[in-house]
Amino acid sequence: MTWAAVLLLAAGTYALRLAGPMLRRRITLPEAAVRYCGLGAVVLLAAFIATSTMIDGTRLVGPTRPAAVAVGAILALRRAPFIVVVCGAAVTAAVLRLAGLP
Amino acid sequence: MRLIRRTVVLVRGAGLLRDVIAVASAVGVVGASFGAMAAAAGVAPELTIGMSLLVFAGGAQFLAVGVIGAGGGIAAAILAGLLLNARHLPFGLAVGAAFDRGWATRIVGSHLMIDESVAFALAQREPERRRRAYWMCGIAVFVCWNLGTALGVLAGGAVGDPNVLGLDAAFPAGLLALLLPSLADRVALRVALIGATIAVVATPLLQPGAGLLLALIALAFALPLPARRPGRRP
Repeated sequence: MTWAAVLLLAAGTYALRLAGPMLRRRITLPEAAVRYCGLGAVVLLAAFIATSTMIDGTRLVGPTRPAAVAVGAILALRRAPFIVVVCGAAVTAAVLRLAGLP
Repeated sequence: MRLIRRTVVLVRGAGLLRDVIAVASAVGVVGASFGAMAAAAGVAPELTIGMSLLVFAGGAQFLAVGVIGAGGGIAAAILAGLLLNARHLPFGLAVGAAFDRGWATRIVGSHLMIDESVAFALAQREPERRRRAYWMCGIAVFVCWNLGTALGVLAGGAVGDPNVLGLDAAFPAGLLALLLPSLADRVALRVALIGATIAVVATPLLQPGAGLLLALIALAFALPLPARRPGRRP
């Protein structure tokens, strides 16, 4: 790792972050396109949640993490407070790992 | 009446703050593990801390250090990190209105664009609450991520594996709880499920970021978009 690498990664990431707001200002998007952008963010977040639940790098993970996220999902669907959802998933994963599950 | 209304707003604000603190403190622990991992991989302390300040994207940072550690080279590490971060462009189109009130907020707010701040913002209906959620979450996570990284670098091997605490499951579960209100819409639920499936199937075959971007194919299943509130005119 060098400063050049850090700065290139930082500049590229910042450009990607700034591009959305800049584009929004330059062009007036039709209503349908605005709704598509909202849906696109939902799809990307859902995909991010699914891959970070099931996959580490490019390998499938063991059963512990998906099971713990499922517990969190059930709590969230039952309208448990956010903190309960987060802690419920973490505690489930920690307990399953203590029990020796991968 | 005004007092009651103000109290309600305060209570709601407190709920948001509590949720933001929960996420940010978990981010802090992961930041510490990033710092320790980078130190173990032989990355100089000032580079690790600079990376957390300037890149401020956990997934891409772990990935870049991992690729270099595996002998993939600097160019591959940067490309992999940028591919994983490409999702921020559509994020910006979706939540740009929540923070962009002029050049100063655009410049600072863009840097605070992360999965958590986007999800917190999307979970709010009113524009003002959306704006507050975005900034609160972005700032809190930025502070915790960087403090965590610095502590991790200093503590080195003393930082344990965050998976023992179950933090690897806490993040997807928290993001899912934030995403649920957006999934109440049937079209959104359908495209989200299809997109998630595409990403999980594609990611083991491709680079991590490429699988995520492929998920956008799911948007085709939103067609044709039903007219908003059919039969009603503004």
